[in-house]
Amino acid sequence: MDTLTHFQVFTTLLIRFLPVWIAMIATFALSVTFRKRLGLYGKLFDSTVGMVGLGFVLFWVFTALFADQIAPFDVLAQISPMKNVTAGTIEPNGAGVYLLGGDHLGRDVFSRMVAGSRIVISIAPLATLFAFMVGITLGLPAGFWGGKLDAVLSFLANLVLAFPVILLFYLLVTPEVVQTGLPQRMAAVLFILPLVFAILLTNSRLYVKPQLRNLIVGAIVVIGGWTYLALVSEADSGINVLPAAIDLIHVPANLLIVFVSVVFVNAPTVFRIVRGLTLDIRTRDYVAAAQTRGERPWYIMLWEILPNARGPLIVDFCLRIGYTTILLGTLGFFGLGLSPESPDWGSTINAGRKLLTTAPLPAIVPALALMSLVLGLNLLADGLREESLRD
Amino acid sequence: MDKPWDPSQPILEIDHLSISFFTRAREIPAVMDFSCTVMAGEAMGLVGESGCGKSTVALAVMRDLGKTGRIVGGAIRFKGRDLTHMSDEELRHIRGSEIAMIYQEPMASLNPAMKIGAQLAEVPMIHQGMAKAEAWALARQIVADVRLPDPDRILRSYPHQLSGGQQQRIVIAMALMSKPALLILDEPTTALDVTVEAGIVDLVKDLGEKYGTSLLFISHNLGLVLDVCDRLCVMYSGEAVETGAVKEVFDRMQHPYTQALFRSIPIPGADKTTRPLISIPGNFPLPHERPPGCNFGPRCSYFAAGRCDQGDIPMAPVPFGDRHETRCIRSSEIDWDAPPPARARTERATIGPVVLRMEDVKKYYEVSSGMFGGGGTKVVKANETLSFEAREGETLAIVGESGCGKSTFAKVLMGLETATDGKIMLYDRDIQSTPIEKRSTDTVSGVQMVFQNPFDTLNPSMTIGRQIVRALEIFGEGKDDAARHARMLELLDLVKLPRAFAERMPRQLSGGQKQRVGIARAFAGGAKIVVADEPVSALDVSVQAAVTDLLMEIQRKNGTTLLFISHDLSIVRYLSDRVMVMYLGHVVELGTTDQVFQPPYHPYTEALLSAVPIADTRVEKKRIVLEGDIPSAMNPPPGCPFQTRCRWKSHVPGNLCETEMPPVRMLKGGHQIKCHLSDAEFASMEPVIKIAAE
Amino acid sequence: MTGFLLRRLALLVLTAFCLTMVVFYLTNLPPQLEKIAKFEAGARISDDEVTSWLNNHGYGRPFLARYGEWLGVVPGWTGTDTQGGAMGYCITKGVDPAAAPHYCGVLQGDWGYSSVFKQPVSSILSTRLGLTGILMFWVMVVMVPTSLLMGVLAGMREGSRLDRTLSTVAITTTSTPEYVSGVVLIVLFASSTVGLSPHLFDWGWISDRTLFKGSASSAMDGITFQNFTLPVITIALYGIGYIARMTRASMAEVMTAQYIRTARLKGLSFREVVMRHALRNALIAPFTVIMLQFPWLLNGVVITETLFNYKGFGWTLVQAAGNNDVPLLLGCSVVAVFVVLVTQLLSDVGYAFLNPRIRIG
Repeated sequence: MDTLTHFQVFTTLLIRFLPVWIAMIATFALSVTFRKRLGLYGKLFDSTVGMVGLGFVLFWVFTALFADQIAPFDVLAQISPMKNVTAGTIEPNGAGVYLLGGDHLGRDVFSRMVAGSRIVISIAPLATLFAFMVGITLGLPAGFWGGKLDAVLSFLANLVLAFPVILLFYLLVTPEVVQTGLPQRMAAVLFILPLVFAILLTNSRLYVKPQLRNLIVGAIVVIGGWTYLALVSEADSGINVLPAAIDLIHVPANLLIVFVSVVFVNAPTVFRIVRGLTLDIRTRDYVAAAQTRGERPWYIMLWEILPNARGPLIVDFCLRIGYTTILLGTLGFFGLGLSPESPDWGSTINAGRKLLTTAPLPAIVPALALMSLVLGLNLLADGLREESLRD
Repeated sequence: MDKPWDPSQPILEIDHLSISFFTRAREIPAVMDFSCTVMAGEAMGLVGESGCGKSTVALAVMRDLGKTGRIVGGAIRFKGRDLTHMSDEELRHIRGSEIAMIYQEPMASLNPAMKIGAQLAEVPMIHQGMAKAEAWALARQIVADVRLPDPDRILRSYPHQLSGGQQQRIVIAMALMSKPALLILDEPTTALDVTVEAGIVDLVKDLGEKYGTSLLFISHNLGLVLDVCDRLCVMYSGEAVETGAVKEVFDRMQHPYTQALFRSIPIPGADKTTRPLISIPGNFPLPHERPPGCNFGPRCSYFAAGRCDQGDIPMAPVPFGDRHETRCIRSSEIDWDAPPPARARTERATIGPVVLRMEDVKKYYEVSSGMFGGGGTKVVKANETLSFEAREGETLAIVGESGCGKSTFAKVLMGLETATDGKIMLYDRDIQSTPIEKRSTDTVSGVQMVFQNPFDTLNPSMTIGRQIVRALEIFGEGKDDAARHARMLELLDLVKLPRAFAERMPRQLSGGQKQRVGIARAFAGGAKIVVADEPVSALDVSVQAAVTDLLMEIQRKNGTTLLFISHDLSIVRYLSDRVMVMYLGHVVELGTTDQVFQPPYHPYTEALLSAVPIADTRVEKKRIVLEGDIPSAMNPPPGCPFQTRCRWKSHVPGNLCETEMPPVRMLKGGHQIKCHLSDAEFASMEPVIKIAAE
Repeated sequence: MTGFLLRRLALLVLTAFCLTMVVFYLTNLPPQLEKIAKFEAGARISDDEVTSWLNNHGYGRPFLARYGEWLGVVPGWTGTDTQGGAMGYCITKGVDPAAAPHYCGVLQGDWGYSSVFKQPVSSILSTRLGLTGILMFWVMVVMVPTSLLMGVLAGMREGSRLDRTLSTVAITTTSTPEYVSGVVLIVLFASSTVGLSPHLFDWGWISDRTLFKGSASSAMDGITFQNFTLPVITIALYGIGYIARMTRASMAEVMTAQYIRTARLKGLSFREVVMRHALRNALIAPFTVIMLQFPWLLNGVVITETLFNYKGFGWTLVQAAGNNDVPLLLGCSVVAVFVVLVTQLLSDVGYAFLNPRIRIG
């Protein structure tokens, strides 16, 4: 079979990513132009480290977004003569080029890597966001009130943290556990916290204006409540509260368990960070001022303390997306949760590692992709930390 | 080797020194054209407000300006050798051996993981190559010299095992280990309580004389400089504006800034109604926004357009006096003895009925002792039998040092904590056991607080306007958003801030401006009682007067009762009607301002009065330096709380002071003192502060 | 201090109790029990038969009773088999039922019998832990000095070129999980067709086809530089970056502390300032970090042992979980949880010991 030269492979790759380049240039150009007005995000463009990190992250975000345009082949399409071929092999029947070679089933490595980015980019930030919601909603009261509540919550957090992650995954992300409906029940608990968070946030601020409060809190309860029920309610599981007609969100159970377990692993660390920040900020005079004017506890936690803890939290959020990406990869590497067909990076590394010494590309390509995304997130966090400390 | 230094020559000569800091964006000049000379054995004071560059000068002498700071012009000659061109190796031999430095935070200055002895002994071991045993012996001797008890134990302890005052003495001992020729002290007592400060100041003066060390003493406190120094240099916005002998500059100042500074600080004789303080108008210029010509020009009452704002103004000698110089082209034209322009005399606020009454209020805390627990709980008596009343329109000052229970008192009154025992009556309502969540909006908005630290009092992520509006919302003021917005703007007017500030974030405001916002917020619900917890102590002197004035003005307008918590007796004397002195949770003295500031005193009040530095050359003070530190509230002494440091203890027969809590003695005019001393002893007390006849 | 230790120990026991209960619960869910029944009694039995088999073999009792039995605080279940002979939780086949003990849980040292390896769990664990111990030892030998040195060198002059270089290296290694670094390292050094090895072989620098071995199974019999380098480096890399970053942050913070200025202005040279004053204070924080790295190192161990086919503790855990070997999985969990808890305890005690401010307090 004919192959392209390395240079040809390289230029073809560049061209395939064209939508990504255009989107990145546009984002950077806009951001640099308006950076004075963009707060902390704008300041990021003063730091080389931060810009490089943002570059990596944006690259993968746009790749996920334009995955259909970039990937030349279907992720599951097997062309048997193309098994384990090297980079740049041209398919004899004119279907195209396997730019980064083929895997042991004759699928295009490049297309699978591109498609895999979509899975990571959609799950990791969302799971991290949920972990933050949970960590914040529990960490604020623990740090603010202290006492027994803090003791119990901290004990629970330490309990989860003492669990080796991998063991937890092996225990939790199994078909047997999915059968019992445990993921749905855990999701029911974890997913209600963001709703509680939103209600507390608006109510604590607006209770002095009852009319406006009733309107907004009502809207949150209706819309958020429906989303919540639709998320956790699933036809053939332990929780089936919504009639099928309005249960519009379907999450496959094996995806849900992956999501829930990743949130579960991350939330205690976020809890500890938020609790520590709360303990610190609670002693500030503006908190005392709020107390002396008779503010309720949740207003103080959510409007006086939380906004002033945002710096470290934003930095940790970036780091944690990276960590979540690694966790998702770990799950894939052990073949837990997602189907073996799935093009996510962890699973493809796992599939490719058996023939590593003879056909390295199927494992190396997703491995480097995963590393570059995590590196980008870590650099971004570093840049943010540096800039937020600078005045 | 350099030629030997002639002792009649200056030991330190700073010659037209300029220092800049370089940031990514620009060069920020921190010190410009600064000159000063320190002779052997002389104590030189460097005075100015924060940001004037005085600490930068000190660090430049040590050549320790960090990565961003650089000396861009001039010379610093130490014993005739130019420090600005020395190599790191040469500098190392001078640092610590010939020039030593002491700075503000004693705890932070000591290595937490190293024993005191090792930290002290290190100095002669590097510089004189002394053997370890010998160095430790020397350390022991110096520790005794700085009057610390039980030097052997101290040498073996870690810094955290000592109190703040002891730590600062150790830092001083460390500086003296190799008998330096020049000692630089950068605000060495700012972090300490006044009675502890007095001891440190005495020590520095004595040791300076004993070892013949020259001092470069940096402070914002004019009174302290008067106590310690022979000469001083007043700095403003990166420049020296006046220099000369201390007495001469104090009595015959030749620069408008020096004059304005003195007029803005409360010295005996100032009075809020008859001789009010005069604050300096305007704000300190930012380093990159300095005006052309005289930096002080825009705030100066003698400003002459066309002259003061043209070109550089040099330091020029004053025709009389000893090396007295000023940076003012109009100094010879100004009549320096003219009294300040008369200000409209204000009416003394009318004192109304009692609004707040505390009866035997007690507040005890239970704390578990020690980091690792195990030792069971201990009771800390933060407030003991607190009784007083406050009337409408009155200013009641609560005076005391750290650990005296004044903050606990504020918390109990505000309802953040509930009293353990006793009664708090607000008008006719019992509030001692009502926590703030259970208080009515009326009660809450009626008792408000102004906080100490301006950088902490406002929520950094909310606009000024939003924060005031929130207070209005909570207090139920105004019927809709528009009404509250209008009321918020009125409140900004009330505290004399531009209305445009409503849209600003707190970080865009100066300390004084933030404090004004804090005051506006406290008065949002028409507060009847305002607790002001050291509201001006963190502000620069020139701003203090303006904020104090504002508080007084609002008080007069609204008939507010002001509970003014402070450790600064000068400001207390200036503005309060009655004074309550607290020590370790006890009220030791309570009376009108005149009663408290005149004998008979409680022995603690006497010491406190003596310890407060006063920036007035006419004042003669009796020097009373208290031994030791304030005992911990966790572990108070038996009997009278003050007995461990009291100089009058020997006048009380038996061991009454050590065994029995003294009774509250009612003297004439409702003056109360908690003391065992006999009436005769009280009568024999002499005033601490005497003002020499003018 | 003893009071503190006792309280920490009590907390440790409580935590371990809760965690093992969770593990026991998760490994004894109905679908798993059903699997066991089908494994023992035939795959084609009906649902009713499954239930009756479970009831007949002591699996039908309440969860807490069964947990207590496993723990060894509730007497072992006994019943009769189809032939009317005695059988029970504590009765091993071929042993006289009368001689069997009443209690045979973890507390009695009886960890059960592995269905996959056909061996007692305790003996499997001890051999496997030994193998992992060797691996961890070398990981620590490589990781701790390297990372501390990197962190201290980077942090002592914040913003210098050395700092930037080392920080970039550190951030890159923390972004590289073991399954990525392992794959990359194998391709680079242990493949006879790609990476460095073919070139080195052509130049005659190495006699084997590859520089290092891509499998560490031979290391179980004897460690060589060739077969053990890659697994050790793979685990160490991730930790190096993390600890180095912590050390750097701690060092940089200490270097700006007031007492470092005091030391400098005493006339100490930069070297003396770093060695005598900065180092000890700067290493207090990383110490805790290193100890708290254990949960994550355990992850690394599992991944690396799987990747390099080194049959240690991590590999065993994967086998147990993958084959529904409940006694073995429970055993692995108990060990893992205890390792984590004990290191946490050591980290607290060590921190208190290193930091004089806390020790006396």
